[in-house]
Amino acid sequence: MFVRILAAAAALFFASGSFSQEPIRIGAFLSVTGPAAFLGDPEQKTLELYVEKLNAQGGVLGRKLQLHAYDSAGDAEKARGYVKRLIEQDRVDVLVGGSTTGETMAAVPLAESAGVPFISLAGAVVIVEPVKKWVFKTPHTDRMACEKIFVDMRARGATKAALISGSGGFDKSMRAECLKVAGKHGVQIVADETYGAGDNDMTAQLAKIKNTAGVQAVLNAGFGQGPAIVTKNYRQLGLTPPLYQSHGVASKQFVKLAGDAAEGVRLPAAALLVADTLPSHDPQKKVVTAYKQDYEGRFNQEVSTFGGHAYDGLMLAVGAIRRAGSTDKAKVRDALEATRGYVGTGGVVNMSARDHMGLDLSAFRMLEVRKGDWTLVK
Amino acid sequence: MIAQTLLSGLTTGAIYALVALGFAIIYNASHVINFAQGEFVMIGGMAAAVFVETGLPLPLSIVLAIGIAVLVGFLLEKLAIEPARGASVVTLIIITIGASILLRGLAALVWDKKIHPLPAFSGEAPIAIGGATLLPQTLWVLGVTVVTVAALWWFFNRTLAGKAILAVSHNRLAAQLMGISVRRVLLVSFGLSAALGALAGVLIAPISFTSWDVGVMLGLKGFAAAILGGLGSGPGAIAGGLALGLIEALGAGYLSSAYKDVFAFVLLLAALVLLPNGLAGRRTAERV
Repeated sequence: MFVRILAAAAALFFASGSFSQEPIRIGAFLSVTGPAAFLGDPEQKTLELYVEKLNAQGGVLGRKLQLHAYDSAGDAEKARGYVKRLIEQDRVDVLVGGSTTGETMAAVPLAESAGVPFISLAGAVVIVEPVKKWVFKTPHTDRMACEKIFVDMRARGATKAALISGSGGFDKSMRAECLKVAGKHGVQIVADETYGAGDNDMTAQLAKIKNTAGVQAVLNAGFGQGPAIVTKNYRQLGLTPPLYQSHGVASKQFVKLAGDAAEGVRLPAAALLVADTLPSHDPQKKVVTAYKQDYEGRFNQEVSTFGGHAYDGLMLAVGAIRRAGSTDKAKVRDALEATRGYVGTGGVVNMSARDHMGLDLSAFRMLEVRKGDWTLVK
Repeated sequence: MIAQTLLSGLTTGAIYALVALGFAIIYNASHVINFAQGEFVMIGGMAAAVFVETGLPLPLSIVLAIGIAVLVGFLLEKLAIEPARGASVVTLIIITIGASILLRGLAALVWDKKIHPLPAFSGEAPIAIGGATLLPQTLWVLGVTVVTVAALWWFFNRTLAGKAILAVSHNRLAAQLMGISVRRVLLVSFGLSAALGALAGVLIAPISFTSWDVGVMLGLKGFAAAILGGLGSGPGAIAGGLALGLIEALGAGYLSSAYKDVFAFVLLLAALVLLPNGLAGRRTAERV
């Protein structure tokens, strides 16, 4: 795969006849295989697709883009090795990658000491908090998802919420973030239940929530099939408070699994997932529709927000290089930090010296399942 | 709430019991702990779900799914266990671990890595019973488990083939001298275990969905249930499965749900220390 990309890039490079111009080297390390392949696979495809597209349009600053991509297979140790190679041997101008938080954090010290602008595609807050000089990230965080949900709960008059979460990495991280920010939004967590990874029945935990006095809303921080089972059990027990799911299950798959039980469930999701339902005046409408068409037209598979994160990463890097007018690493870094009003698939990005993600709660849309489909909640 | 918790525990427990029975049957015939037992559960659920998605009626899909699992069971015995029949039991157990990894990988390749639903056998309208609610599928799980256990009892105690398997489990050499084909007994027990596993997979799929990796945890819990009940004992496997399911549900409902799995495994360790032969294990004396 890598050889093919290199060959394609080289062919384009020579075809343009500009031997004097060095290509702009984009270094990527992604979990294309392994347990996090559902992240890395669309990310890699997206990078390939858009590097090709940009080169067809004449490249950036008159120079061709060259993608150096390695498969770190969800392994932090491998990621570290590849990032070292990207920096020292491939001498890349910018790093885009790190599908998981583990891989990203393994690469952070290398990027920091070598002084290479690094745009991570992983979710956790720790990547940009505290702010690291050379490190940026594109995906929204689970803390933002919690806040979006709590804001919506308050809008519906709920101040006492129950939390039920799984035991996976995503679930645990989101649970911790939700507990942290609940107070800030005036929501009190009155029950905090968990279930195991392979559990097939959560009625025991939900019965406990049902018997807890004063629960006005329930939030399920979960990933995989757990949330669908929770939703079914929730209806089975006849629980009536509004049920919220996380962005972790924001896909048609969830609606399909939970069936009728999913009616009325609310969850926060990126605009990309509801590209077709967005109103035409929505600032993100154009970019998400275009990305969806490009990706689905080329690969014949449904877009995911993860591929969108890679799109944003590449476009932020390209934008910064254009504004810096060179690939001088310090200048590109400064230009990245000065990114304002970039409209991407993940939201509108406004970076600053204190915020290397640049997204606010408007990056999430609150959706409700109605008649087996998503509808936007005003 | 107590009724709800008990029902939840019984449902999960019944599934554990079916998986544990599969462990017991193969253990009896060969003294091998078949760690691919969980994969039979996965194959049953996945195959049925995929057949339903291609438009086949549910009953036919279920029969086909169990048939496929039995075929895989036969193949596992023929291609992996039989060629190594001279090897030690530990080697055979390791072979089954390898087979489980292979089967999981194949399932991810042949089907996909997505989570699949299976329609409930008779609707999803909850039934209210004395303050608790249960899904019709729960009745199916409990009912089919009871029928299966009765059928197994009949098979092992009333048919020649069943008695032959029992004979091999008691004394392999003596059984062989009496003209019982140990190879055929092994083959049948793998097929039977696969059928039981697949049945468990099909029964639970409408409640908990199914995917290529669902066999890992169910296999582990079934193994724990088999150990708890006493390896090789049919009634023990059933008691162990139900006990495990109930303890998990009660632990999650009344203590902390975070330690749900811990209760089950702590109890298992305690049972191993206090009752090394399990709840219903045979008390054997080693002759020196």
